[in-house]
Amino acid sequence: MIDWSVHLPALQVIVPMLTAPLALLLRPRGLAWAAALAASLFAFAIAIMLTLGVLNGQTFTYQMGNWPAPYGIELGVDAFSALLLLVITGASALALLGGRRSLDADIEEERQPLFYAAWLLALAGLVGIPVAADAFNVFVFMEISSLASYVLIAGGRDRRALPAVFKYLIMGTIGATFYLIGVGLIYLMTGTLNLADMALRIQEVADQKPILVAAGFITIGLALKAAVFPLHVWLPNAYTHAPNVVTVFLGACATKVSLYLLLRFDFFVFQPNLVGHELQFSYFLMPLAVLAILIGSGVALFETNLKRLFAYSSVAQIGYILLGASLISAAGLTASVVLMFNHALAKGTLFLAITCLAMRHSGLHLNNIADAAKHMPWTMGAFVVAGFSLVGVPGTAGFISKWYLITAALEQGTIGIALIAVIVASSLMALVYVWRVIEPAYFGDAKPDAQDFETATTREAPSVLLAVTWVAALANIYYGLAPSLPVTLSSNAAEILLRYVP
Amino acid sequence: MDLLVLDLFHYWVFAVLLMIGFYAVIAKSNLIKKLIGLSIFQAAVFLLYITMGKVEGGTAPIIQAGIDNAVFSNPLPQVLILTAIVVGISTTALGLGIVVRIKEEYGSIEEHDIQEIDRR
Amino acid sequence: MTVLFGVFLLTLMVITALAMVHTKHLFVAVVLSGIFSLLMAANFFLLDAADVALTEAAIGAGISTVLFLGALALTGEHEHSRSSNRFVALGVVVVTTLIVIYATFDKPRFGDPMAPVHQHVAPWYFDTTREAIDIPNVVTAVLASFRGYDTLGEVFVVFTAGIGILFLFSVSPPSRKPIPQPGSKGIQQNFKRTLAKAKDTEVAEESEGLRHFLIPRVVGRLLIPFILLFGLYVQFHGDYGPGGGFQAGAIIAAAIILYALLEGEAQALRVIPQSVLTGLIAGGALLYGAVGIATILLGGNFLDYSVLAADPIAGQHIGIIVIEAGVGITVTGVLLSIFHAFAGRRRI
Repeated sequence: MIDWSVHLPALQVIVPMLTAPLALLLRPRGLAWAAALAASLFAFAIAIMLTLGVLNGQTFTYQMGNWPAPYGIELGVDAFSALLLLVITGASALALLGGRRSLDADIEEERQPLFYAAWLLALAGLVGIPVAADAFNVFVFMEISSLASYVLIAGGRDRRALPAVFKYLIMGTIGATFYLIGVGLIYLMTGTLNLADMALRIQEVADQKPILVAAGFITIGLALKAAVFPLHVWLPNAYTHAPNVVTVFLGACATKVSLYLLLRFDFFVFQPNLVGHELQFSYFLMPLAVLAILIGSGVALFETNLKRLFAYSSVAQIGYILLGASLISAAGLTASVVLMFNHALAKGTLFLAITCLAMRHSGLHLNNIADAAKHMPWTMGAFVVAGFSLVGVPGTAGFISKWYLITAALEQGTIGIALIAVIVASSLMALVYVWRVIEPAYFGDAKPDAQDFETATTREAPSVLLAVTWVAALANIYYGLAPSLPVTLSSNAAEILLRYVP
Repeated sequence: MDLLVLDLFHYWVFAVLLMIGFYAVIAKSNLIKKLIGLSIFQAAVFLLYITMGKVEGGTAPIIQAGIDNAVFSNPLPQVLILTAIVVGISTTALGLGIVVRIKEEYGSIEEHDIQEIDRR
Repeated sequence: MTVLFGVFLLTLMVITALAMVHTKHLFVAVVLSGIFSLLMAANFFLLDAADVALTEAAIGAGISTVLFLGALALTGEHEHSRSSNRFVALGVVVVTTLIVIYATFDKPRFGDPMAPVHQHVAPWYFDTTREAIDIPNVVTAVLASFRGYDTLGEVFVVFTAGIGILFLFSVSPPSRKPIPQPGSKGIQQNFKRTLAKAKDTEVAEESEGLRHFLIPRVVGRLLIPFILLFGLYVQFHGDYGPGGGFQAGAIIAAAIILYALLEGEAQALRVIPQSVLTGLIAGGALLYGAVGIATILLGGNFLDYSVLAADPIAGQHIGIIVIEAGVGITVTGVLLSIFHAFAGRRRI
């Protein structure tokens, strides 16, 4: 009898990956959605099993083709990657479960098998990165997820999706190529591609110049992919013009995977060799993080398109995640990883609520949603919960991450006070931009148009979509009250990352 | 001196090609030109990898019966670049597809024009 | 002598790249990019990378050029506006280059057999290939077995590009202008028309490709079977010499593209319809994946071919042949689908 639990790390990737060609061949066309959903749910179940294993102190490694590392390709799952896997597969499963009607409206039926195949490949590519323990394998899966994401975003009905996706393609490819140059330089000096082996052998490298340059290329390349300010310019348009359900999926997890990789490399691979690397990391990224937080929130204050507003808010949130990491402390990194989880939860819910709104409102402009709360009370309720979680109101998941971030900043002395001021200021800005949506929706007067009699009645979003949105909203509250799962995983992740920091 | 220059020549050509490609990607407004730049940019990296796999006096890593003392170049960078070439053409193809769709929707493939049209 | 030739090739490459970026005529730039790829391939050959040279020649100089020409036929050949933010670009680029050059001062000497790349991991590949896989081409052994999971990923990158193009082009173009009527009779013009020909073949004359040109037709028809044969040779000879699924897929696709150019794209689609191509795209990827699943079911790890037969070495052989076939099938399917997508697109 085969012990399938041994194969979990491999199955995590190959289940969605191999479902993609099947989805292409399935007849009738509607089955493609079912196949994509089934694979996503299955992948989610695998991620849960892996997480439970990790919480029990298990570490998963898997030798592809049974060739020993570092010669063959190794897969590995620890607390850090398990958290990412949960976020990615969860986002995909929820988005597909709730998003069918919305996608039917965006994508014509005969194009759907291609679309769902691309979705599955994006999923496989994204989960392939945290699972991989090999630098080049990461590149391959990064490209699968990127190419598939370009396809998904280009599925938008608005023609502006096309220039947006082209810009994303150019910047994404430059990022990936920078990463490849960095990996090449490390390989040149160490002769290995396995991440753990790199970390080991890099300590013996006497000549630091190539390693230093490799660190620069990899950090900048991944920062491009992660939309770190000021390299974020591809993100707002790509998220705004993508189909709504795609924004739910990618908005929740795509940039986090690159951030994961950034932290993995800088703390796990370069730290052992480069003296004072943690300080360089901190000096380089902390100012960028602060700028991202302030400028991202600032631009969001003035945006009038709902999706673009929250895309800029994502730029700010990426800043928070980096800020936590740039504090180089257990508390800071814990905050950073908890933020990845909680932001995915809050932003995913927000974009789900926006998908609900889009089902009943023609444009996602702030002026168009006046009185939305009257005929979509449940949608707006979920929106308020997720909005508060984004701001960091006590009782929601967002509060936990802000709390950890502020605690970590307090440890830093004087500079910490300044950082706390930044965090508080931007939280207030977040409150304002969330309020800018809530205010017209609850208290705005619907225009006395001909459509008045129509808007008077309750016209909620499709019940499945609404149910999924509320599941996500309740998760925001649940993890605000009982945050032990993300916090345990994050502090374990911080421990792994700080292994080489003096 | 000669040796040093020859030694570094491959790497510097890599750097120069990288520069040419990167410049075209950033500075050119024509979307096809950007993709051409991108493919030079990627090709430069191929050169970096293959160069580091070369062993002096070596030959292609194909084991021949009866010859035991042959010096082989490193197969691993070659495998990686085989993958990277295929990834590169996939990206280029998708990029060209998007450019064609942009032309159909906007009537132009110049970045300036497209921004102009979207602003209106 | 070889070193001098290498320097010559590299210098030519830099000149070609400069010309590609400088010219305003995109058609010229694309043709130059084909030459650039050929120079690159020759250079790879000098650096002992026969497999990579073959791939670069087939994909970089062949397929990529065809795709660029296909796109040019649909979008126009001239670059209109001048470069923008030139100084910012120069700044970024010069800084990047200086950093790269800085990195090269501490690196091991070119060709040094004692460099870390040659001391760690690589020697193990030679030893293990001899003992456990027993095929001469170590590149194929690493590609298909030691790092077979990467290659699976690579097949899925190609797969993604294929479905991406099919998805993008499943929207019919908005019709603004009437289809341009054939004008002059130059070969290039005709070639462009072939590429840009309408899918619904309203203009019968256009689907005939180069059928009215005697010499290309005769020579081409003679060539196609040989190219196909060569493709199959490259496919199955990959264990012994340079070659394998990617190169073979590109070569076979090139043969059928040549057929499409000669006989008209509609005729090529009659011989191998798009539904068959879609089947090939999915089938090859599934075949590769199925080998992995089979190895799990037989009690091994994913892609551990040695469990496929009683004798582990025979198992490795079977695994490598089957997955290379999967690679070849998907690559052929994707490249042809992309070609047809571009060629069948109505020009607006």
